[in-house]
Amino acid sequence: MSTRVRILAFMAIVVVLVVGAGVYVLREGSEVRAERAAEPAAPQAPVADVADGPRIVFRHTGIDNEYGVVAMVALDDPSGPRAFTGVACDRVAARPDGASCLVTDRGVVTSYEDKELDADWDEVDTTALPGIPSRTRLSPDGTLAATTVFVSGHSYMSTGFSTATEVHEFGGGKRWGNLEKFQLVIDGRPVNPLDRNIWGVTFVDDRAFYATVGTGGTTYLVRGDLEARTLTAVSEHAECPSISPDGTRVAFKVDVDPGRKIVWQIAVMDLATGDRTLLADGPRGLDDQVAWLDDDTILYGLPRADEPGVTDVWSVAAAADATPELLIEQAWSPTVVP
Amino acid sequence: MYITVRDRPSSTDKAAASGASTRPPVGRVVIVLGVVSLLTDVSSESVSAILPLYLTMVVGLSPVAYGLIDGLYQGVSALVRLGGGWLSDASDRPKWVAFLGYGLSAVARIFLLFASGAAGIAAVVTADRIGKGIRTAPRDAMISTSTPSEHLGRAFGVHRMLDTIGAALGPLIAFGLLMLVPDGYSVVLVVSLAFALAGVALLGLLGPDVRARREQEKAAAPTPPPFKWRDLADRRLRPLLVVSGVLGLLTVGDGFIYLALLDHGGVNVSWFPLFYVGTNLAYLLLAVPIGRLSDRIGRARILVVGHLALVGAYLCSVLPTSTAAATVGTLALLGTFYAATDGVIAAIAGRLVPVQARTSGIAAAQTVVAVARMLASAGFGLLWFLLGPAVAMGTVAALLVVAVLAAATRISRLDGAEVTP
Repeated sequence: MSTRVRILAFMAIVVVLVVGAGVYVLREGSEVRAERAAEPAAPQAPVADVADGPRIVFRHTGIDNEYGVVAMVALDDPSGPRAFTGVACDRVAARPDGASCLVTDRGVVTSYEDKELDADWDEVDTTALPGIPSRTRLSPDGTLAATTVFVSGHSYMSTGFSTATEVHEFGGGKRWGNLEKFQLVIDGRPVNPLDRNIWGVTFVDDRAFYATVGTGGTTYLVRGDLEARTLTAVSEHAECPSISPDGTRVAFKVDVDPGRKIVWQIAVMDLATGDRTLLADGPRGLDDQVAWLDDDTILYGLPRADEPGVTDVWSVAAAADATPELLIEQAWSPTVVP
Repeated sequence: MYITVRDRPSSTDKAAASGASTRPPVGRVVIVLGVVSLLTDVSSESVSAILPLYLTMVVGLSPVAYGLIDGLYQGVSALVRLGGGWLSDASDRPKWVAFLGYGLSAVARIFLLFASGAAGIAAVVTADRIGKGIRTAPRDAMISTSTPSEHLGRAFGVHRMLDTIGAALGPLIAFGLLMLVPDGYSVVLVVSLAFALAGVALLGLLGPDVRARREQEKAAAPTPPPFKWRDLADRRLRPLLVVSGVLGLLTVGDGFIYLALLDHGGVNVSWFPLFYVGTNLAYLLLAVPIGRLSDRIGRARILVVGHLALVGAYLCSVLPTSTAAATVGTLALLGTFYAATDGVIAAIAGRLVPVQARTSGIAAAQTVVAVARMLASAGFGLLWFLLGPAVAMGTVAALLVVAVLAAATRISRLDGAEVTP
């Protein structure tokens, strides 16, 4: 091939690529806009109808004009009409008188925030977050909030992964700062590992909480104390704990295929005895912090394999042989507000 | 015996003597390879910019799974790099070895569109890194072979400038697309794939088939023997490997410097991604001037003295100056450091080994630097924790000054070494 032929061939390839990518961008753009203009498939209800009774608050993930918006359904009718709050969140945790809402503000300089909202879903406080939202939880009476984010470099080839988990008073006020600064106690000894990461807080009350500490390739279930500023390991191989409403049991993820691969399943530990129950027929590969529907039932969000961005909330009894059931379609990040 | 020339132009430089411009045009090879790198970097950096969001928001990965993928990026490329160097030297076909590397990364982009779950994405990311490991040294060897010795610093400067322009454009294009198409991660991946394919096509169709050994045969010079690993133990290369290894051990990752800046106080975390942009900007503005300077006053000298810019960046990031001054100063100095080292070391290494080992020589130098820097970052993490950012940075800065002074005693030996044409 002469140089001229090669140049022509290259130009032809560039034209094909530009046209191909351009058509794809435009088609995808109009498709997304059309989808985002559609009404949600689920029946809708006014906020007032749902907000007064026991309810489940969650992030709506249907590809429609309410995508990403926080919605509520009545606790006794999860598949019934949903009320949209008009507030969009990536992760949400709610209490009767407020909610913590983690959002990503995309741009050349992407920023992340924890918006705190009152019972009417109006903003009362905003905290800048140092990375991509991962988890948020409120204490049972709603006075404390805990957030976990990925502290990200801009590039997936820079440093290893890192999390930042912080606790503060809801709506502004006292801040306990990054939990990495707390004293870590493993096997009864204070230790100071450099590579520690902490994520997935669940509050017992306004002083005690459980969380995950990852260090040296092992994850620990730790019990935290805000006053003493300590994290004490109580069990190994447990990630993203969630305490039951009666405070007797903790559900978390365990890697049932340790080694290179990660296959998560849910386990439930009795806090009094330390006995673990693995939900053998529960979801495999679940990758979220679970929530409790009641003292016997666990809730969790699961992505749909064939629809990127769409998730469903499932429920499963906290028993070894329980079978999961689809509870709320097109939903994520559920909290039960009794 | 190798035909050797002094590595520094004399005052009777050929171009100057003929009355022509003292700045002869940069060769077509450098421009073509620079544009290939530009296109490929637009592709990889646009994906880099959105991948953390994509993995956590759409794929829904949790901390541990995300960390596993992030960690894969370390280390994989160092081993592959030497392999790519060997393949390129043994076959005397750097173009097609580089093509293989660029091609592998482009194919990985296709699979990223369909990959779901941690395992699939980990495989794709690994393939992409392997591609980068394979292609870097052969590409640098082609630049080295096709450029007259006295203009090597500038040639590498031009290449790295084009490369960095691509790296700066990538995130801008990615976020522009996300604004156009809300949550359009697949759109970013498809456009990124198009850039990668354009780069591969440009290299394949218009990339010159530079073959060092064959050219020397044509020039009726004595036929160089086939590549042997022993060529890497060349007496001229050894001091470079030692010097760059020692300096590399005192080069902590950018991440730490940026974290020190954040620790400086008053810097909003949302500015974090702009630190990379600032460093890249300084790098791309300075790559060519510093490359030219290295041709004039000696490349090893620039390589060693350039580490003083890194000392400056360390100190600037922790000194109690105003936040704005600390930020701008640190990023400018860090960019200067990269401009004085990244391309320059490839320019030096390629000429300190016999022609038939050129790619492997470059790969060896780059691997030594990469491994030393990985160790440095691991060790610095400990120091940071024990002493706090300010004292840790100060300590490493002091050690680096000592290392630069020690390395300076080797400069004349390195810059004066006989070079391969």
